[in-house]
Amino acid sequence: MAFTFAAFCYMLALLLTAALIFFAIWHIIAFDELKTDYKNPIDQCNTLNPILENVFVFNLIHICMRIRKLVLPEYLIHAFFCVMFLCAAEWLTLGLNMPLLAYHIWRYMSRPVMSGPGLYDPTTIMNADILAYCQKEGWCKLAFYLLAFFYYLYGMIYVLVSS
Amino acid sequence: MQVPSGYGLYHQNYIAPSGHYSQGPGKMTSLPLDTQRDDYYSGLYTGSTQNVVTPSTVNQQPGAQQMYSRGPPAVVGSTPGSFRGAAASSASHLHTSASPPYSSFVNHYNSSALYSANSSVASQGFPSTCGHYAMSTVSNAVYPSVSYPSLPAGDPYGQMFTSQSTPPVRPVTDNSFSGQNTAISHPSPLPPPPSQQYHQQQSLSGYNTLSWSAPGLPSSAQDNLIRNHTGSLATTSNTPTNTVAGSLPCPVMQNVLPPKSSPTVSSSASARTPPTANRPVEPVASVAQPSEQLQQKGVDSSSTTSSASPMPNSYDALEGGSYPDMLSSSASSPAPDPAPESDPAPASAPASAPAAPQPSKMAKPFGYGYPTLQPGYQNATAPLNSGVQPSNPVYSGFQQYPQYPGMNQLSSSLGGLSLQSSPQPESLRPVNLTQERNILPMTPVWAPVPNLNLELRKLNCSPDSFRCTLTNIPQTQALLNKAKLPLGLLLHPFRDLTQLPVITSNTIVRCRSCRTYINPFVSFIDQRRWKCNLCYRVNDVPEEFMYNPLTRSYGEPHKRPEVQNSTVEFIASSDYMLRPPQPAVYLFVLDVSHNAVEAGYLTILCQSLLENLDKLPGDSRTRIGFMTFDSTIHFYNLQEGLSQPQMLIVSDIDDVFLPTPDSLLVNLYESKELIKDLLNALPNMFTNTRETHSALGPALQAAFKLMSPTGGRVSVFQTQLPSLGAGLLQSREDPNQRSSTKVVQHLGPATDFYKKLALDCSGQQTAVDLFLLSSQYSDLASLACMSKYSAGCIYYYPSFHYTHNPSQAEKLQKDLKRYLTRKIGFEAVMRIRCTKGLSMHTFHGNFFVRSTDLLSLANINPDAGFAVQLSIEESLTDTSLVCFQTALLYTSSKGERRIRVHTLCLPVVSSLADVYAGVDVQAAICLLANMAVDRSVSSSLSDARDALVNAVVDSLSAYGSTISNLQHSALIAPCSLKLFPLYVLALLKQKAFRTGTSTRLDDRVYAMCQIKSQPLVHLMKMIHPNLYRIDRLTDEGAVHVNDRVVPQPPLQKLSAEKLTRDGAFLMDCGSVFYIWIGKGCDNNFIEDVLGCPDFASIPQKMTHLPELDTLSSERARSFITWLRDSRPLSPILHVVKDESPAKTEFFQHLIEDRTEAAFSYYEFLLHIQQQICK
Repeated sequence: MAFTFAAFCYMLALLLTAALIFFAIWHIIAFDELKTDYKNPIDQCNTLNPILENVFVFNLIHICMRIRKLVLPEYLIHAFFCVMFLCAAEWLTLGLNMPLLAYHIWRYMSRPVMSGPGLYDPTTIMNADILAYCQKEGWCKLAFYLLAFFYYLYGMIYVLVSS
Repeated sequence: MQVPSGYGLYHQNYIAPSGHYSQGPGKMTSLPLDTQRDDYYSGLYTGSTQNVVTPSTVNQQPGAQQMYSRGPPAVVGSTPGSFRGAAASSASHLHTSASPPYSSFVNHYNSSALYSANSSVASQGFPSTCGHYAMSTVSNAVYPSVSYPSLPAGDPYGQMFTSQSTPPVRPVTDNSFSGQNTAISHPSPLPPPPSQQYHQQQSLSGYNTLSWSAPGLPSSAQDNLIRNHTGSLATTSNTPTNTVAGSLPCPVMQNVLPPKSSPTVSSSASARTPPTANRPVEPVASVAQPSEQLQQKGVDSSSTTSSASPMPNSYDALEGGSYPDMLSSSASSPAPDPAPESDPAPASAPASAPAAPQPSKMAKPFGYGYPTLQPGYQNATAPLNSGVQPSNPVYSGFQQYPQYPGMNQLSSSLGGLSLQSSPQPESLRPVNLTQERNILPMTPVWAPVPNLNLELRKLNCSPDSFRCTLTNIPQTQALLNKAKLPLGLLLHPFRDLTQLPVITSNTIVRCRSCRTYINPFVSFIDQRRWKCNLCYRVNDVPEEFMYNPLTRSYGEPHKRPEVQNSTVEFIASSDYMLRPPQPAVYLFVLDVSHNAVEAGYLTILCQSLLENLDKLPGDSRTRIGFMTFDSTIHFYNLQEGLSQPQMLIVSDIDDVFLPTPDSLLVNLYESKELIKDLLNALPNMFTNTRETHSALGPALQAAFKLMSPTGGRVSVFQTQLPSLGAGLLQSREDPNQRSSTKVVQHLGPATDFYKKLALDCSGQQTAVDLFLLSSQYSDLASLACMSKYSAGCIYYYPSFHYTHNPSQAEKLQKDLKRYLTRKIGFEAVMRIRCTKGLSMHTFHGNFFVRSTDLLSLANINPDAGFAVQLSIEESLTDTSLVCFQTALLYTSSKGERRIRVHTLCLPVVSSLADVYAGVDVQAAICLLANMAVDRSVSSSLSDARDALVNAVVDSLSAYGSTISNLQHSALIAPCSLKLFPLYVLALLKQKAFRTGTSTRLDDRVYAMCQIKSQPLVHLMKMIHPNLYRIDRLTDEGAVHVNDRVVPQPPLQKLSAEKLTRDGAFLMDCGSVFYIWIGKGCDNNFIEDVLGCPDFASIPQKMTHLPELDTLSSERARSFITWLRDSRPLSPILHVVKDESPAKTEFFQHLIEDRTEAAFSYYEFLLHIQQQICK
């Protein structure tokens, strides 16, 4: 039993995946808010974005900005521990993560024209198709991260025990 | 009774297309009329030339057929009299006010009319406009004559109608307020068309009530309300239809018990007797006499036809279907009616009274429409025809009703056969597209009217404001998917209206759970409670609502104007404000770079502004400001007290600031002199400028800063690519790719600067309107974003130059006039609600979507249209009606907070055939066009084109599979969809979507912007222009508008085969008119109309018709003026000689012809057929 680089990777991935799960939940909540916010449109996110607070504040833009802030970190974190696994030569784990990585890259490449980083365009986000897509995306990612979380846990213990 | 009338009607309908040129006013008619009649007879007696299916019907379905055809003649003997008698009695009621209930109703209506006349003047300054394109006769016709008929002078609806076609109107009003007597004894020319509608409505009513009242309306109180209400309508308006509506609830009962159609007939037979008993009641003998004669004629011919020819057979059957319903309803109505029941003797009179006008009216169209045709035709029928004819689809919509039971039954038992073997509605008549040569009707196509019972239809929203692609909403998403048709709404919510009830009250009654505004389609459970028609919640009626300001009576909530009109405007209280209503604020941001000065638009703009300064909508708080920019930004201090305008130059475009924030936007009235000085000076201030750069981005940022405290309207005039500061753009167009058939790139924005700016503006209630006047590529795709998301509007004048391109200059001038003076609403939001189970999917138009059903509109203008895609989330099985409501909350230019509410009600159907029967093909095309624009931006143009073709292929093949036993080789479409392939082809050849033809990127993008933001009426002309031959205009079928005779030439199909060399043709493309002069055109015409001696001397660039004092010139000009008046933006006129280079412009609109890059119509059909067979 030794503390190898692979074990360190798994531990790190475990922690980061916990963060990603949190992001995914936030993502889901944000889109759910978007879908239902007409019940209480204004005051929901004033607290989150106090700078823009005024009576005509657009909830929508805020939520988009909020999500936008989270999307890049999420992608970076995921890419980061993919690289870690690559270095640790954990090919199976890397293989499992590749589809999501590819998806992230594709998603970022095909984002709407935007000056800042971000994926969500407030002018089209309310389109029912896009909204539904984003929600589904959130749920799928949540499921993926949860499974990955337990897989990393297993992987970490396995690496620790086997070596 | 019904039969003769129906027959007469049919006649109208049938003839109209061919009769258009022959319907003559005046004495010359005899000849044309003869031909008409011949036509008609041949249609009737020589067998069905048109409809091959019908004859077979006779054979296959002898039972049903006979039933129907036998019914009418038998009936005729007894009923006419009875009806007539009844008519008389009701007439006497009216005149003497003998019967208390009715007279009281009359009262109510009178006062209501007064009310609307006094308090509800929301007229917009474009009455004629509205009249014209509001003409969609069906609903409007119903409106004027039915809903407020009893008010002669002040009737606004009547006026509206007048403006569009005077002669028909007069009679209407006459009839309606002078009572049945007039209607019968000197039947006016008018009747046929209205009665046609009515008639349809009747046929429908029976069935519809069934579906309508079956689910809800538990208590009899409810029934009473309805009945009272309709009864009142019936009496007041004297129109036949109402009668049926009045007695509506009854057929429900009758029909419910015997579910099949045949029992209904029998019930009608028995029902016939009571009215007959009333026969002796007839007090006015003289009245009865003529009508009887008329009827007699009707009887004769109808019986002949029904037995002899197959053509009327289908018709007859339809009639028969409706007939029993109608009769039974009229007969049994007294029974459930509590008031009359208490005392039977008088009861029978009033009961049949409502029924009475029916025959009289019906007889008339028949008698008139047919044997004694002339008088009717001479004046009024033609114009009306033009209105009614188009409703062919409409018409049929209703026709199908009578035979609904039969049809449903059949379709269940025979499956696909049913369509063929049962007499089918006109809109379902299969049309073999490849064999039908003249698919385009002679007269404009009108919106189909939903299959609702009369009462609801009368209350329903005008199709000009609110249209749905399917007037029969499918019950489930699965059914919708099966039909392969788009479901969506097309809105024109802020349309200029000549008449609009405006309601001021402390409490605006809304549903407590879904916040729906109370509307005509809610149901009153009792006096104190109403049930929301969108979420079905039961709400209390507030105390204030119990008082009716119209009648000044208490306890009649169902007669409040909110419940009587589907389009109303509320004056909102402070609950509807987030801040005090803003004043009208206008800011003009003008490009003054070298390029702009060269183009010379400043002169035109300043001139227009000077002329219209006093007409700018606003109150005493109105503020105005000016900014100009080239590579720097110039502000103008117009503070009151200055001796002359002060120009402030800000050259730091990276960090724009406002030099004197308080004095840049000034009160229009306090600083008027300074403003005028500035406007006079502006055109000459920059004449020697050498500055070629344009810092549009920074100028917009400055404008945003300037406007953000108040909100308002920013009008941006730009003449080139912005080349400095934020938001600078590069040229992205490769001229060599203009006619590429492959990929069209750069349809989306290059930067999100303008979009973000627009969102910021929208957040501060500022709309940005863009006027792009450029001769080169200016990246409209990017620039347009500033207007798209801030709810502004976009105008584009390619190759604008004030002297080199006078037609564009003239267009700018006219557009500006409209733009500056039209109505405007500030800080608006629009919410669209729909019945539970339906949901909004995607919105199209210029706005920012704030949440799932809320559109944020910084400004709203009367020329803005919107489209909404719908999806069916839950099955609609437990409801028979769905409603849609748009509420537009805005601040008027006078600083009032107002809410304009439109409510549309549509029936739900469960069979595929019904879905097809109710297709509104124009609305569907417009929605598809919107979707295709989205697709071409998000995906690619070729994807969008494929999607359009697939839309046709899918829907036609889906329809084809429902009629399994028809030969598969033919391309069959239901009549309601017969224009679908043509319109799609037109879309594919439209600037926005065409490939292969050289199209500048900006032109293409502009066409897309227009598709997104134009209301349906204008968009349709853009997609499929109207072509008329104008060198042989006659007064036949002319309409009279404001003492002017406006000829009504028939529509020609858009094909070069129609362009004869010796003719002159007018093409109406919405924003442009072309007059094409053939080489061999008659010199008389050229001389009389164009003022040139011969063809060779016609100048190349001619944009006006000279005012010559000749008959043909007068006719041509009055026709063009009439077309012009019907739209807000005055189109420019181009005279195109056959050999001039400009003729390509004209020929590209001939969409049925083949071009190098695109199919001809016939080829397109074959292509579709191929795709279907694959």
